[in-house]
Amino acid sequence: MKKIRIHEEYCIGCHLCEITCVVKHSPSGKLIKTFRDTNRPAPRVRVEEEGYVSFALQCRHCDDAPCVENCLTGAMYRDEETGVVLCDEDRCVGCWMCIMSCPFGVAERNAEHTHIGSKCDGCVKKGEVPPCVENCPNEALTYE
Amino acid sequence: MAKSLLFPEFKIERDAKRCIACQVCVRQCANAVHSYEEDDDTLWSEEERCVGCQRCVTLCPTGALEVRRREVGFRENANWEPAFLHRLYKQAETGGIVLASMGCDRPYTIYWDHLLLNASQVTNPSIDPLREPIEIRTFLGRKEASLDVDWENLSLKTKLAPQLELSLPVLFSAMSYGSISYNAFRSIVEAAQEIGTLCNSGEGGLHPDFYSFGEHIIVQVASGRFGVTPEYLGVAKAIEIKIGQGAKPGIGGHLPGEKVSPEISRTRRIPVGSDAISPAPHHDIYSIEDLERLVFAIKEATGYRKPVSVKIAAVHNVAAIASGCVRAGADIVAIDGIRGGTGAAPQVIRDNVGIPIELALAQVDERLRREGIRHRASIVVAGGIRSSSDVIKAIALGADAVYVGTAALLALGCHLCQKCYTGRCNWGIATQDPLLTKRLNPRIGKRRLVNLMRAWALEMKEILGGMGINAIESLRGNREQLRAVGLREEEARLLGVKMAGEGW
Repeated sequence: MKKIRIHEEYCIGCHLCEITCVVKHSPSGKLIKTFRDTNRPAPRVRVEEEGYVSFALQCRHCDDAPCVENCLTGAMYRDEETGVVLCDEDRCVGCWMCIMSCPFGVAERNAEHTHIGSKCDGCVKKGEVPPCVENCPNEALTYE
Repeated sequence: MAKSLLFPEFKIERDAKRCIACQVCVRQCANAVHSYEEDDDTLWSEEERCVGCQRCVTLCPTGALEVRRREVGFRENANWEPAFLHRLYKQAETGGIVLASMGCDRPYTIYWDHLLLNASQVTNPSIDPLREPIEIRTFLGRKEASLDVDWENLSLKTKLAPQLELSLPVLFSAMSYGSISYNAFRSIVEAAQEIGTLCNSGEGGLHPDFYSFGEHIIVQVASGRFGVTPEYLGVAKAIEIKIGQGAKPGIGGHLPGEKVSPEISRTRRIPVGSDAISPAPHHDIYSIEDLERLVFAIKEATGYRKPVSVKIAAVHNVAAIASGCVRAGADIVAIDGIRGGTGAAPQVIRDNVGIPIELALAQVDERLRREGIRHRASIVVAGGIRSSSDVIKAIALGADAVYVGTAALLALGCHLCQKCYTGRCNWGIATQDPLLTKRLNPRIGKRRLVNLMRAWALEMKEILGGMGINAIESLRGNREQLRAVGLREEEARLLGVKMAGEGW
């Protein structure tokens, strides 16, 4: 399985990954239209910054994912085919155990603050490159 | 404080219909031009700080920004262009020398654009580079006037001088770590290795991380002697004595103390935070004989295994000076023309001192040929080489190879805002600020440089093939392949080329 790799030494803190992530998960898929909508989805990648250090962090899809283990309802699951950790929103009751247990702090409440939705869902098909990687101007994210 | 009369040089237009207030522009501007007001979710731009580097325009995801040169509302005056007014106001306010960076931007004649190339028709066949090999490999260094061969054993009796082998006749100019960032330096060094050419350390010494690339580095010995150590001379493929620089002939260098970080201090071998001042002249060189002593001191120190280059600025008497350099033992003479770049120079010097490289090159080549010493040194020219056709024209005028500096920086992302001297390069090139230097990923930088050189090499082969020439050696100094257009006869005479329309 390909993973998104983070190269913090080249992250320029522009947050373009967050912007393209929002667009990718929006109904229209259009940049300006998406941002005109106040109910737009939340980004599933976050740029962490302190001083000179910045990097874009998203779900690592851990091999021993604590969010999957700790999920009360089994909403958090691993897609056997792709290896990506996903959230079945129909089963999620919003107990936020995943948020509590995520060692990277990348599980978040979704935009409407009800279910867990804001988590990298490995949004692309095989052979494609995720938009956060594709649009990083400095290749601080790579897909390998 | 009295009101400043300086006017903004650029106008920033933000298309409100497209702006999504994502603040990429705010985060990317090192000059703090853009700002975000949280209470009403609006973005503002303070144009007076804008240097026109186009970083925000390039990164804006919606194309909402446009940065344009600002039309000044002064009454039109051909004598007092806005650039002169701006400089004059600045001096009236500060009382200082106005600094500038990159090369001279005044509209002096660019002779490359007045030289046209030849091609084969009917009587001599052109060559298709896709079907037949065309050799653009170049060797720099002293050549022998004649070769003594041991015909029985088929070996050379003459001992050949050390040579630099380049896969194409282009080298990367001297740009020191200090004037450019670590990542920019790394991009260039790695690209030089991949391409099979050389880059130049500049006068800032060589960071130990790059010692392993020594086979692809020419190191400089300049008037400040920064970072010159036995290892420095030892790891390099060649050594260059820098006498002058095209952007600032006759002027020394000054790296301000605030740029001398621990890493740069280690490279330059000076204390952290101390100014690195390169004197205008070498204080031990006041004659060709003095230069000869330094050339041979370096040759002795490196066991005569490395070519020694002498870099001079193109000034009025350049031909005689170049001749002196060759006689002083230089294996390569590098000549830097008025359009050569710099990290920082007084603007008045950058724009007014020196001569165009095309004229200097033609005169140097002519003089060395006439004196019968052209073979004793290779000529490398620098200062305003913009494309593969400029390279070809330079070679036809008599150069062995060219140095590219500005062209290489452009490949790395430079947008020619000419503010290198501020150390706030938004593109991560001419800066040491850790927040800015990481904007240049050397993986990308190297790839772009390698692509550029590959493209130039392909184009050069196309041009040579069209001329019916299959080795760049046959073009060197072959001025019959050049014709002047739009030049006065006197200029064409100095360039040693015929006017367009004249046959052989």
